[in-house]
This record gives sequence, structure tokens and C-alpha cells, in this order.
Amino acid sequence: MAKEKTAIVATGQTHHRSSRLDVNGIELIHEAVTRCLEDGELTIDDIDAVVIGNMDHFEGINYVDTWSIDGSGAFMKPIIKVTTGGTTGSTVGHCGYHLVASGMFDKVLAIGWEKNSESDTTAAITTAFDPIWDRLVFAGAISGLAVEAMAYMVKYGATEKDAARVAVRDRKHATNNPYAQLRKEVSIEDVMNSPMLSDPIKLLDVCPRTDGACAVVFASEQYAEKICDRPAWIHGISAKHPYNYLGDYDWEDRLPSMQMASKELYAKAGIKEPLKEIDVMELYLPYSCAGLSWIEALGLCGPGQAPKLLWDGVTDMGGELPINPSGGVIATNCIGATALLRISEAAVQVMGRGGKRQVPDVNTALASGFGGCFWSDVTLLKSTKPK
Amino acid sequence: MTNQGVDLLTINSGEAEQPFCYTVGLEGSKFLTEIRDNKRFVGIKCPKCGKVYVPPRKVCGPCFTEMTEWVPVKDEGYLHSYTILRFAFLDPETGKEKPVPYGYAFIRLDGADTDFQHYVEIKDEKKVKIGARVRAVFEEKRAGKITDVKHFVVID
Amino acid sequence: MNGVEDITIIGVGQTAIEREKPADTFADMAYEAVTKALDDAGMSIDDIDNIVTTSNDFWDGRTISSMAVNDAVGAGLGKNITTVEGDGTFSAFYGMCRILSGSYKNSLIVTHVKGSISDNIHITNGIFDPIYMRPIGLDSLNTAALQMRRYMAKYGISEEQCAKVSVKNHANALKNPYAQIKKTFTLEDVMDSRLIADPLKLLDCSPISDGAAAVIISGEESAKKHKNAVKVRGVGYCADAYFLGDRDLADANALDMAASRAYESAEIVDPLSEIDVAEVYDAFSYMELMWYEGLGFCAPGGGGKLIDRGVTEMDGKLPVNPSGGLLSGHPVITGGLIRLIEACLQVRGDAGDHQVKGVKTALAHGVNGACGQSHCVWIVGR
Repeated sequence: MAKEKTAIVATGQTHHRSSRLDVNGIELIHEAVTRCLEDGELTIDDIDAVVIGNMDHFEGINYVDTWSIDGSGAFMKPIIKVTTGGTTGSTVGHCGYHLVASGMFDKVLAIGWEKNSESDTTAAITTAFDPIWDRLVFAGAISGLAVEAMAYMVKYGATEKDAARVAVRDRKHATNNPYAQLRKEVSIEDVMNSPMLSDPIKLLDVCPRTDGACAVVFASEQYAEKICDRPAWIHGISAKHPYNYLGDYDWEDRLPSMQMASKELYAKAGIKEPLKEIDVMELYLPYSCAGLSWIEALGLCGPGQAPKLLWDGVTDMGGELPINPSGGVIATNCIGATALLRISEAAVQVMGRGGKRQVPDVNTALASGFGGCFWSDVTLLKSTKPK
Repeated sequence: MTNQGVDLLTINSGEAEQPFCYTVGLEGSKFLTEIRDNKRFVGIKCPKCGKVYVPPRKVCGPCFTEMTEWVPVKDEGYLHSYTILRFAFLDPETGKEKPVPYGYAFIRLDGADTDFQHYVEIKDEKKVKIGARVRAVFEEKRAGKITDVKHFVVID
Repeated sequence: MNGVEDITIIGVGQTAIEREKPADTFADMAYEAVTKALDDAGMSIDDIDNIVTTSNDFWDGRTISSMAVNDAVGAGLGKNITTVEGDGTFSAFYGMCRILSGSYKNSLIVTHVKGSISDNIHITNGIFDPIYMRPIGLDSLNTAALQMRRYMAKYGISEEQCAKVSVKNHANALKNPYAQIKKTFTLEDVMDSRLIADPLKLLDCSPISDGAAAVIISGEESAKKHKNAVKVRGVGYCADAYFLGDRDLADANALDMAASRAYESAEIVDPLSEIDVAEVYDAFSYMELMWYEGLGFCAPGGGGKLIDRGVTEMDGKLPVNPSGGLLSGHPVITGGLIRLIEACLQVRGDAGDHQVKGVKTALAHGVNGACGQSHCVWIVGR
């Protein structure tokens, strides 16, 4: 296990909106950082190092690490940038963890952010894909996800209504989260009647685009309990990015990268029955159907059984394993921040600071990240110290 | 938009363009020139796992093994999965809105073990379904680009 | 800093640096560097338990630029992977921390870039703030000229002194098989070369390049006895203010801080005496002189005298850039990792014709951002 036991001790996020014309990117970052430092009753002088991430082409800023200094507080401090597409936020979180666990730094500030209002999100995501082989036909995240949903539905007989149930859940949960962008409930009918974007995905099946930032402080054992009375200890992480080309992906195999990542994570943390042993999950579900096939990949049920779990309310607030008490990605998607928000929200649940969105008695929480070419990251947090 | 009596401004990046000249590489170049010159698809086979990759590249990722064996692949196959794109978005390749709707297909060509991405014609949407047989239609004038294939059509 | 005494670098690999590699995709270049590093370490990909790729979306013309190389670096095997965007010295630091955290034993660090596929002016204009700085057309060349002018004015450095760096590094490159530019230039050649942005002349500037590099960092006890084992003795990195007007461009404060951290860990008090060879980020000739000062080889403003006295020549007290440096080949992102590779080769005694005699301690240096805003300093040794 880690050389230094490491915990999340403070979190902060902006009130997420579709567009924040009152702040530039640096100021948006500063807002999340300030809230995070306040949450931990820290000042920037307490921070030893900073790690930041986003996706360059959403804002068109080259070298965001050096550009962001005034917002991140990294003036005359060590800062690095990490970025892996949609998984950027979890990549940032994992870097924050490693930098503290290494013993090199005691308190590391991890920042994810995006100002998606500054460009055409689909165009920018399209440029993530191979210019020679992918870009002609690929149409951003929605098109790839639609192809996946089509394959899953045909193979397992899941329906568009089953998928809609996921959107209904996440949007309902979002009404409890003061930071969420979309805080209005939708019905199954609303989802089913919304415009078809890319068969079988409709407007209300997918995430919005968001201006927002998230910041998290990771601290070593020596400081963790001094800063936070109930820190969220990191018990394991895994990051699997096994594809380069969309054409290599196993469409009907229910997110193999998530199967690999969760299997490794559960082995590290000694989890045998995730549905029973984990109290809450914050999952990077950018569209509704992911809330079916990807929870199968996480081992919550067998292939094709997710729809039943959803309709039985197992993943609702009050259910056996609430998923996305924050409202998740379908309510808020500031892309570089999104997977860090999952880690941050999971930590908030462990810390017991969730307010109206708090799940009672959370000891174990799982956060996921999704991005790139169907890549998955997972993080496990607990209220107890790792051995 | 104003806030506290201040006009909130944005600055447009304007017509700035960033031109790139992407390297296709040896394997990709052979694949595209076969299409350009002979209207033929070729794949590359991993010596370890036997998987045939289309489009070809140097390394089989799951085996971390270099590939050198070329194998013929047919210009026919089946729809492994697909979607029909119906929403308007900015095409970064042209800077203009992409014409929709269009069929976005992952095609498993006969003889290949990975999917080739291209357009599938959607004149008759009912025929476009997973498992449907498709065939490539080539352009008359070809330039060594992926658009040398016009699209795929359902032949069932 | 603690724990770095358990860390060794046991494998290095680099492609030839070239103006253009038309036959190689990003993946092809990365694969070449990785297989060379594995061969150098006598390892197979199975011995690697995690990977840190390093790339930049602007240079590659591709969002998520790391996606181009995953298969070619072993991620297709399901190994844990991450990506640093910035210079390779920074990603190597993260790769080391991943080992120190207890999560992994052997980190593979890979960097790639193809400067040939687009236009440096557009890409480096993107470093600057879109509201205040970008519209006036700032890029890496004209801001370097601003910095050079300010540096010369503040400390009385001459253009000739800067030009001497170019003469020295190009001479060194003649003996480096990986260097891109292998040509002898006289002081007059540099001084008479085409004016790029006053006072910067063509031969004060590093070229546009394609290249990839990889290193293998190990935390295993057995690695300390590896034939290639180079010990990590200290690493430090630090960033200065972003807006150019917020700092005095003549001084390298962040480098001073980064170096202090590395020296503290390595217990170096007098760098000029205790370091045997240095590979520094000479993107422009004048920068090498500034970095001498930031690295504490001399007092602020002393860089000119140091080169005049020949201290940093191959036969000087502290040879700098025996490989020829970036002035002889500058694949961005990869640049700093190559400095680290060269430092390791010098410690091992494997630097071939550009070997410095009796190297026990070597320094490597990388930079992120404009005008040396963020620096990373490595001390490696026996």
C-alpha cells in the first residue's frame, strides 16, 4: 500500500452554468480554489504543489498550467498539467493522490475546469479523434455513445425507456444539489418526446455543456485529520485506457475498460460484492444508456440486468446503492472538471457534507471517470484509514 | 449581458486557422494507396494473436507486437453498429455546419477483425440495422484519402 | 524531499531528432523510443507496470493527443496510464512519484512531438492570453527577443556572448549521433545570420524538429544493481507569474527556486564545483546564459563572463550541453526528457564521442511556458 496514507480533506466547486460571462477562465478556476481552501480552512500558503487539467481545444489555451497561475495560486510553486480527455478530472485526482502518497508533498491542490461556452463542444471533441481515420464521420461524444447504445440495446433487449429512467433519476437528484446546472425534474415522457439527436439518443438523454471548475485538496496522514474531522481516505485507484481507435472497440461488450478498472480496484480494496459493500457511487455517465451497461461493467449486476435494477429503485436516493446524488453528468458537464467532481462528490459523501444530497452513513464511496476512446478511471474512498 | 452595470464582453478568435499536415505513416499510406489505385482494401495481421486490423497500423496494442503481414480484405461486410446523426454541429474539418442527417457506421469488412468507420447510405432507413450486409462505393476520382470511398450501401 | 534515494533510471531511448519524419506517425515514433528504452534496460513490456505519456494537443493538432500513442506504448495491455501535458522532465517527475507512492515498481515515461506538421507561430501564439496578449501577435520568437533585450540591458550582456553559446553547442552536436543540425558555425556565422526578431538572429534560435524519447524509472531494490543504474538525487520544479509584465524577464526566479529544491535533496551546496555536466534547455542562445544564473553556476548577470572564460565548454570546469542541446534539435515536449537521457548517459559513461570524463553528478533541465516561466531540475548521479 501507499507510502503515505492520503485523504481528501477539502473540496470546492463553482455554481455551474451553461455560460459564465462574468468571469474568464482564470477567475473561474480561482472561484473553485477559493471555495476549496475555505472548506478546509486553509490558505494558499498551506499548499505545497498544484496539479491542473482541462482539454486544450475547448478554450484554445496552450500550456494551461502556466496560464492559470493567478487562478490556481501556483505562483512560485510546483505545478503540472495532466490531461486525458473526458477522464481528465480523474487523471487530475489520481495525480494529486500520487503526489501526496509519494511523500514528496503534504498538501496538493488538484483542479479540473472547463469553459465549454467558449467553443463548439462537438467540433472540439471531434478533433480528439484521428484526423485520418475518425474525423470524417465522427461527430463528437454523442455519435460514439449512440453507436454504443445501439449495440447494447440490440444485444440485450434494453429499451430507450429503460435508458430514460437513468436520466429521470439523475435529473431528480440534481434538484438537491445547489451547484448543479440543470435543476429541473424530467419525466420518462419528457425524455422520450425530446428531439432525436443520434439514434437512439435524444436530447434529454445527454449531458449539457457547462462552464465550471472543481478543486480538491489531498493531504498526507500527518495533516489530514488536523484539516478535516472526517477525511475521505483513498483506498485504491485504477486507470485503463486500452484503445486508440474507435474501430477496435468491442461495442456490445459493455465498456471493457470499466470491467478491467473495477476488477483491479475491487481486488486492491478487498471488495467482493460491490452492490452491498459500497454505499454510494458518483459515476461519469455522460448519457442515459451508460447508466445501464456501465453499471453492469462495474459488477453491480449481470449482463442485461441493469434495467431491472433501475426500475426497482436500487440506485435512487433511499435505495440500496444510490448513484449520482449530485445529479451527475446529465445535470452538469464542465468536461475537464467532470471526473474530478465525481471524486469530489464522493468525498463530500464520505465527509458527510452533502446537505440535501447527503446519503446517510456513507463509509465507502466509488467515483468513476470516462473519456477518450471508451476509457475508464475509478477511485475508491472510505471513512477509515487504509491499512 | 451586463453585470453590476458593466457590459460583459467576449472576444471572438475570428477567422484564425491552424493548418496541420498530418502524417499518415507507412501502413496507413499503403492502405489508402491500395484504395486509390486499385479500389481494394487491405488489412494487417498480428503475428501473435492473428487479429486483422483495418485500418492497418504498426503495432498490435493488446500484444505490443509489430505487424508486417498484409492480408486482403473485401469491400463488403456487415454493420457492426451504427447511428443516424440528426443534430447540427460545426465540422472542424471545414469550419462549417455538417450536413445532417447521415449514417455513421462501424463496418466489419469480410476478413477484418476490427471495424472500419464510414458513412452508410440512409435512403431507406428501415434497411439500416445491425448485421445488415454493406458494400463500399468508390469515388471515380480518388486522391489517397478516406473520402476515396464515397460511402457504404446496404446490399441485403 | 524524501525517498528519491530509492529511485533509479535504468533504461533510456530516443529517436534521431530530425526536421521531419514523414514515414512515422506519432505512434511509430513513440514505439521506437519505447522499444529502445526497453532494450537498453534489458526489460520487456511485461516488466512495466505503469505508463506516463507526454504530449501537447496544440503541437499535435489533436485534442487528447495521448490517444494517438496508447497502443504503441503498451496501454493496450491494460496497464495503468496517465498523461502529462508539458515538458518530459515534468512527466518523469510524476512517473517517479507514482513509484514513490507505493503503487508501482517501474514507470515508463514517453514523450513525442512533430514540430514539422504545423506552424510554430500559431501554436506558440496560443500560449498567450487571448484577451490582452494574443491579439498583439506574441509568439515564442518575439517574446524571446523581448526577454533577450531585457536580459542584455539589465546585466550588460552582449550579443556576441549569446552567440558563443550557439557556436559551442553546434560544435558539440557534431559528436552526437541523434542531433539534427551537425554543422560548424563560427561566431561571425551566428552574428551575420538572418535577423528573426531584433536582437535574435537565426542561429540564436533552436530549429523545428520531430522526435520521441522514453525513459524507464524503477523503484525496485534490484534496479540499484542494474548495469545502467543512474541514481536520482534530487528533483525540483517551480512556476513564475504568467503575464510577462508581472515579472522581470531578465531574472529566472522560478529556476532559482526549482534548482534550490533539487540541490537541497542532492545536498549540493556549490553547483559549479559539485556538478560535472549539465544539459539545459537552450531553446535560444541567450537562455543558456540566463539558466547558468538561475542554476547558481554564477551570480545574476554572470552568464556572459562564464561563457567568455570557457567554463561551460567541453573541456571546461562544467561542460554544458555536450549533446549540442536544443540549438541542434528541438522537439518540444521531448526536449527536456532528452536532457535527462543525456545526463544519464553521461553518468553511465555511455555518451560516446560527446562523453565528458569522470562524470559523477549530472544536471538536466526542462521548461514549460513562455520565456522560461516554469522550470524542472533533475540531479542524477552514481
